[in-house]
Amino acid sequence: MTIKLGVPSKGRLMEKTFAWFAARGITLTRTGSEREYAAEVEGIDDLTLVLLSAGEIPRDLAAGRLHLGVTGTDLVQEKLPRWEQQVQQLAPLGFGQADLILAVPKFWADVDTLDDLDAAASAFRARHGFRLRIATKYHRLVREFLRDAGVADYALVDSQGATEGSVKNETAEAVADITSTGETLRANHLKLLSDGLILRSQATLWQSRVAEKSGADNHTLKQLLKRLDLV
Amino acid sequence: MPSRAQTLAEAARLRAAFEAAGAVPVETPVLQPADLLLDLYGEDIRARAYVTSDALRGEQMLRPDFTVPVVQMHMAEGAEPARYTYSGEVFRRQEHDEDRANEYVQVGYEVFDRADPAASDAEVFALFSGLLSPLGLRAATGDIGLLMAAVAGLNTTDRRKTALMRHIWRPRRFRALLDRFSGRTPPPATRTALLNGDSPDLDAPEIGLRSRAEVAERIEVLREDAAAAPISNTEMTALDALLEVRETAPFAIQQLSDIAVDLPAIRTAVERLEARVEALDARGVDVENLDFEASYGRTQMEYYDGFVFGFYAEGRPDLPPIASGGRYDALTQRLGQGARIPAVGGVMRPGLMLELQEGTA
Repeated sequence: MTIKLGVPSKGRLMEKTFAWFAARGITLTRTGSEREYAAEVEGIDDLTLVLLSAGEIPRDLAAGRLHLGVTGTDLVQEKLPRWEQQVQQLAPLGFGQADLILAVPKFWADVDTLDDLDAAASAFRARHGFRLRIATKYHRLVREFLRDAGVADYALVDSQGATEGSVKNETAEAVADITSTGETLRANHLKLLSDGLILRSQATLWQSRVAEKSGADNHTLKQLLKRLDLV
Repeated sequence: MPSRAQTLAEAARLRAAFEAAGAVPVETPVLQPADLLLDLYGEDIRARAYVTSDALRGEQMLRPDFTVPVVQMHMAEGAEPARYTYSGEVFRRQEHDEDRANEYVQVGYEVFDRADPAASDAEVFALFSGLLSPLGLRAATGDIGLLMAAVAGLNTTDRRKTALMRHIWRPRRFRALLDRFSGRTPPPATRTALLNGDSPDLDAPEIGLRSRAEVAERIEVLREDAAAAPISNTEMTALDALLEVRETAPFAIQQLSDIAVDLPAIRTAVERLEARVEALDARGVDVENLDFEASYGRTQMEYYDGFVFGFYAEGRPDLPPIASGGRYDALTQRLGQGARIPAVGGVMRPGLMLELQEGTA
């Protein structure tokens, strides 16, 4: 048996995750060709590295196909209802910081708070005959946030990428998306609402609460957590 | 837990009782067009209803309740007055509590009758109360019409009243608006700066469908609002008192009559409540011990705009209401393309009723 650790398969998140483990004496490497998702672990026995998309890691943790996984708080909370019961947070990793925020065109000088957004949405619906559209891929988080705030007369439209461009393209009037520096927002002439922070997220190491483990697996996990300074 | 067959048998028994009270049985499709429900409830309905779709008809929802399709059917082809009953599954997404059913049987009774709304309210409540009496439930009642009348009668701008009316069913936003309009919460600094003409955002490029003219228009509205007098302390105190009324029906009427001195606009609504309580009394309901709560029904029952009620199992706080209902005159107008008719009704959950009987047996 073996403990399965899921890590994002590409880019900065993968590199920084590798670096975080390396700093704790565990070497994770991608092997084979550039395109092959094969991987290797050195420094601890019976730990298997699985490379996959960050967006799929929450689901695989909840299904018990992974024992451990690295992915963002945002993805865990969006994809897993009652996430606390399915996964346990072991450690925030100190990178991949990003905030899920609500943004509107900067020239909307009259809109600075959720209060304003709600009033503007009401006027927008009366004028245009449909609800003010907010582009996002975080439907559940955004809907719950707006419901708690009592914002009405909006509609969520799905946007899986280049979300900040949807206002200019007239497929939405506002956006809810992840930002780390706000640079993309500014470049697209958008601004944050002053009370529009929906969630603070960063790359985090999670443990599945449902994945099955043998006695040997428990031993491996204990060793690993000790090496990572988490017990 | 009762079996499905037992639940359906109980549903049939209740439906037969409603038929004996004069209701015509009706059926509605399980798949409902999503547009209409989204239009009525907004995006929140997606958290509560299952959405599905096909390429031809677009988005459809698994029926989250019967009221909307029954009202539609009545407004399209119904004769007056009318009484309907139905029974069948409704479907509710559950994202927070696994123990709540996502599919369950409802049996309902709806009355469309112009003659005497107080008598119709009493008819529905007394019928429910009688059928539920073996279970020893606690009844809660309220009246959304009181708060609506109070808002309509406030001595303030129409725009503020419209904003408050729009959020009657969202108590937190309603409270925030009220605090703003009465000056209890000062305007944010950014607002003051904007009205003084020094917002850094005004010159940013215009993008998207909402135009610069619409922005300017709303700034003008904000300017007018800033110049309008705050809602008076007297009215605010009376509104607070109104929202806090929680008494048995006769005492509630007394308190509300006192509050009507400062909020004369609620007088008609208080008279309607009195007439309803008399009608309930005439039907044998123990009104002396009937609970009345002015804030009841503001969070879950967004189409109700008058009398509201619910029946609860007191020893089982884990259960949702066993039955609930209310008056929805405005909904008939929204779905009636100009026509409207006073309407009141409610639903019961036979599955929960059997579960309670098993528990006490």
